[in-house]
Amino acid sequence: MSEYKLVHGRSPVFYKRFERKEENQHQTHYCPGCGHGVTHKMIAEALDELGLQDRTIMVSPVGCSVFAYYYFDTGNVQAAHGRASAVATGLKRANPGAIVISYQGDGDLAAIGTAEIIHAANRGENITVFFLNNATYGMTGGQMAPTTLVGQVSTTTPWGRRPNNEGGPIKMAELISTLDAPVYVERVALSDSKHIIQARRAVKKALELQKQGAGFTMVEILSPCPTTLKMEPKMARRWVGETLAKEFPLGVFRDRKRVFEPISVPQASLAEVLGIDGKSVTKEEGHVRRKHTRATTLKIAGFGGQGILLLGQLIAETGMREHMEVSWLPSYGPEMRSGSAHCHVTLSPERIGSPMVSHPDILVAMNEPSLRKFGAQVKPGGTILYNGRSLPEDLHFDGVTVACVPASAIADQIGSTKVANIVMLGALLEATDCLPFTTAQEVLSSLAKNPELTEKDERALEEGRNYLDTEVMVGAQAGPDGCGE
Amino acid sequence: MRQLCKGNVAVVKAAIMAGCRFFFGYPITPASEIAEYAALLIPQVGGTFVQAESEVSAINMVYGASSAGKRVMTASSGPGISLMQEGISYLAGAELPCVIAEVMRSGPGLGNIAPEQSDYFAMTKGGGHGCYRNIVLAPSSVQEMASLTLLAFELADKYRNPAVLLADGFVGQMMEPLELELVEAALPEKPWAVKGNLETRPNLICSIHLTPDAMEAHVRHLEEKYKQCERDEARWETYLTEDAEVLLVGYGIVSRVLRSTVDLARQQGVKVGLFRPISLWPFPSKALVETARRTAKVMVFELSTGQMVEDVRLALGGSKPVEFYSRVGGNVPSAEECKAELFARMEVSV
Repeated sequence: MSEYKLVHGRSPVFYKRFERKEENQHQTHYCPGCGHGVTHKMIAEALDELGLQDRTIMVSPVGCSVFAYYYFDTGNVQAAHGRASAVATGLKRANPGAIVISYQGDGDLAAIGTAEIIHAANRGENITVFFLNNATYGMTGGQMAPTTLVGQVSTTTPWGRRPNNEGGPIKMAELISTLDAPVYVERVALSDSKHIIQARRAVKKALELQKQGAGFTMVEILSPCPTTLKMEPKMARRWVGETLAKEFPLGVFRDRKRVFEPISVPQASLAEVLGIDGKSVTKEEGHVRRKHTRATTLKIAGFGGQGILLLGQLIAETGMREHMEVSWLPSYGPEMRSGSAHCHVTLSPERIGSPMVSHPDILVAMNEPSLRKFGAQVKPGGTILYNGRSLPEDLHFDGVTVACVPASAIADQIGSTKVANIVMLGALLEATDCLPFTTAQEVLSSLAKNPELTEKDERALEEGRNYLDTEVMVGAQAGPDGCGE
Repeated sequence: MRQLCKGNVAVVKAAIMAGCRFFFGYPITPASEIAEYAALLIPQVGGTFVQAESEVSAINMVYGASSAGKRVMTASSGPGISLMQEGISYLAGAELPCVIAEVMRSGPGLGNIAPEQSDYFAMTKGGGHGCYRNIVLAPSSVQEMASLTLLAFELADKYRNPAVLLADGFVGQMMEPLELELVEAALPEKPWAVKGNLETRPNLICSIHLTPDAMEAHVRHLEEKYKQCERDEARWETYLTEDAEVLLVGYGIVSRVLRSTVDLARQQGVKVGLFRPISLWPFPSKALVETARRTAKVMVFELSTGQMVEDVRLALGGSKPVEFYSRVGGNVPSAEECKAELFARMEVSV
């Protein structure tokens, strides 16, 4: 009597009992002849052979294989419909040492999750995707899949899939192979023993590549669904080999190393990254708190590109270094890219309520439209600084101090139109005494990165101050010519 | 040591302080700086930033990293948040902690990028499917963009639930002094996580409970958690409410405006105070009732056609008259405008 050896036992990567059902816990919930059972077995055996069981995280999709976690004795995560490869991305990034499998059907991967799979593949996520293509929606009862063949009848293509209405079947292996990053893409079929052996090889190879950290791998598995095909299992397998594989040619679509030059990121300490390393440009250096008794509000306005927002930030930064409470609120969005820009700045000895300034103490108008728009909003007793030699003839502001400073012209003389905002800052500090000049100088030099520009900035600040000092008598009501009356 | 910092940037710095090393996002104004600074800063401390192909993918990457037990976040604004709602429901269902920063803009549809508070319902009532809640915190300053981000990570882990930082375009875009202290983040143990090792091999992250009884048990379990959260996590702030005749209620940027409104009204001898919900869910109902007890009237200001006001009315249960004033479309009322409205409703002529 010859001895018999058990050659097809249950893989230890499967649970001993499948708790999916109350009875018959040795069986899966899959229909007889379904490709999922075979695919599960191939994956389990490959994981066992490669010694990967403990490291594996299986992402179950939505579809018939939604319950894969009842079978695989591995880490398990269940994902929303179509999102398995995005979930797998998050899992793998967080656990680079794990073997992450995204197990997806055709509806999941090739319809609702098309974006997720394409981009996971394109990023070269080091995951393995097992894509079961059975040309139908099994779980929901035989509706059209993105891979359903032209003319194939489904519950949502009762006259057969019409190319004029639904288009044709989508070929994911080919599509994924147009991308640079994937390292291994193969299409196999569960049509007969010979092809199942080939499929088993492909499944193992994909997992082995992931183990090596090679990159994105995908095996598309043409699979029978006897139930929706309304065929005997044997017939369904034959249909996969003779009909489905004709539309979806088998073979290796990608098998190569990924070659690229990585770009590395410099590492920094936590304190550096948070800006609290002491080298920060924004630290306050031992100033004595100024005796501001009330808040000062500013509106700064002009064209986009005139450094309006930066001017506001410099003022806020200077105020902060003077131990004041400050807020800076920009106009933001499309306005930033063209047209006008403005910002609101509040300097206060106390906690600031609204950061919006509807009636500023100080208006800095870097162009005429801003002056026209906001000039009348300035509080009585407030100050307007206008970028020009004189006010437009038709404009007159009662009860406020107006200082006309040709900041752009002065900036041009310095050699950079860009520093007009700094010229205005110098003038502002001279005109209003809202902040000390020396602190503003410190802020300016600590923020500057380009030494040449720093020099120009310093000159601009100085000339802005001097211009007011010599040209305009501040504190008096200025006439339209910009001179004090 | 203070630094002048933008609200959106403060969120990222606080996330890093909280030990968050994973950010998955998709750009959208006015939340984009959060993704931009996450991309700049998080990789420098060894973390991961991935710009996803959509908000749908971003929130599912968050789901994946959270499944692995990591502190993880994303950020978006209205239209992007709508796309994330599916994933948020799954996160809540699978009891996965994460932080979602929403910088609200005007809607519905594409709307515009100016500030609104019209996603209050979507975030506090659950914009996705099923019986779940988000923990929702509403910062009103740059400092709070940081401190409430830290708190959001703590609460998310404590309750194993998504926590939302619900800001508006103004708070996200404005700059104020930010004070950060370097403290080592205390990261809680997460024995439920799936890490790809022997120890966590038996773990399953999942929101499916197939039989009605199992599902009911799960939903009841979530309900219990939410009840505990309602008991323990309500947060609010008051300003000059002791002698107030009218209690103003507003959150986020509106609360800042209302603080100025209180000052303006009091300068004219009208006694008003401010109640500012900091946690929008759980809504600080008890504290509101307590604070409003001494006042004759409550007036709610919102940048929506009336969302939080419903929670105010529910809390007060008809015990006080509740007035409502709103601006939408990106218009934010000035303190003067709010004062004028308040006086009109109070029939104060000044």
